[in-house]
Amino acid sequence: MPMGLACCAIEMMAAACARFDIARFGAEVMRFSPRQSDVMIVAGTVTYKMALAVKRIYDQMPEPKWVIAMGACASSGGMYRSYAVLQGIDRLLPVDVYISGCPPRPEALLEGLMKLQHKIEFEKSTSDQKKELLEVFS
Amino acid sequence: MSLEEAVTKLTDQFQIVRRTDFRGETTLELALAQIEQACLFAKEKLGFNFLTDLSSVDNFGDEPRFEVVYELYSLDANIHLRLKTRVSEDHLEVPTVAPLWATANWHEREIYDMMGIRFSGHPDLRRILMWEGYPYYPLRKDFPLEGKPSEMPDVAFSQPAPLAGGPFVTLPSPGHIEDREPRARHAEDL
Repeated sequence: MPMGLACCAIEMMAAACARFDIARFGAEVMRFSPRQSDVMIVAGTVTYKMALAVKRIYDQMPEPKWVIAMGACASSGGMYRSYAVLQGIDRLLPVDVYISGCPPRPEALLEGLMKLQHKIEFEKSTSDQKKELLEVFS
Repeated sequence: MSLEEAVTKLTDQFQIVRRTDFRGETTLELALAQIEQACLFAKEKLGFNFLTDLSSVDNFGDEPRFEVVYELYSLDANIHLRLKTRVSEDHLEVPTVAPLWATANWHEREIYDMMGIRFSGHPDLRRILMWEGYPYYPLRKDFPLEGKPSEMPDVAFSQPAPLAGGPFVTLPSPGHIEDREPRARHAEDL
């Protein structure tokens, strides 16, 4: 779920394009419907006016689901210490990976994506599945 | 028509409270009761067919507290004229100019949203940036930068932002760059 809200979304688009090519890491399928998504990349400044809309889209995503907070604004409010800006999307959603930068380079987004893949690989449910698979084969 | 002719015609028709000339820009201040007629006159008779901007100023502590500023431009004569009027906090109501310049519609909504000045006769006076039901007017001087808590169930909420010693203020002084650069300074210390 590419939740592009500000300039970070431009870097996210660049990460999806040919030069950086997020497809090399198996995440090229950007779904624009929350029902088909499992990762939400919150890219950009989350204003209070937008915050509950982001929350609603997150709630519409089926489990299991993860959240990447891309950039300073989504992580902590960034330079917007202001009456209008939510001070980090983690006040509303459980965030798995934070990416620093203003905006982060596309490489940083790819690194964050790989961090998330690494995290999922060592989640208990994944290792349980792996054990089951090994038992089936052995 | 030159700017001087336009100003003369306006001065003949209306009572000008104050005229300011600064760096080639002319500003006329009018009474609130006359501003609507003055705008109509400027558009219909003087050819100011373009409203560049419509903004407001909060002179906190002064009386009357608010100012509404009309930036008029004539695309035919290439002249710019600024009209101002002062609005008291007790009577925050200004006649709309949206029927004259369509662009005023959104500008007046923004002023209503940020300053709380109402525009009588406006076709659609709703908030434009903040959400309906937000209880404050955030561009007023007595509103803190970090915001105030508010709660609108299922619409939006807001909380004060951590300022970590800020807000960061640049000093308008001729001193050394190190004394002027943005630092955490409190407004009352300046």
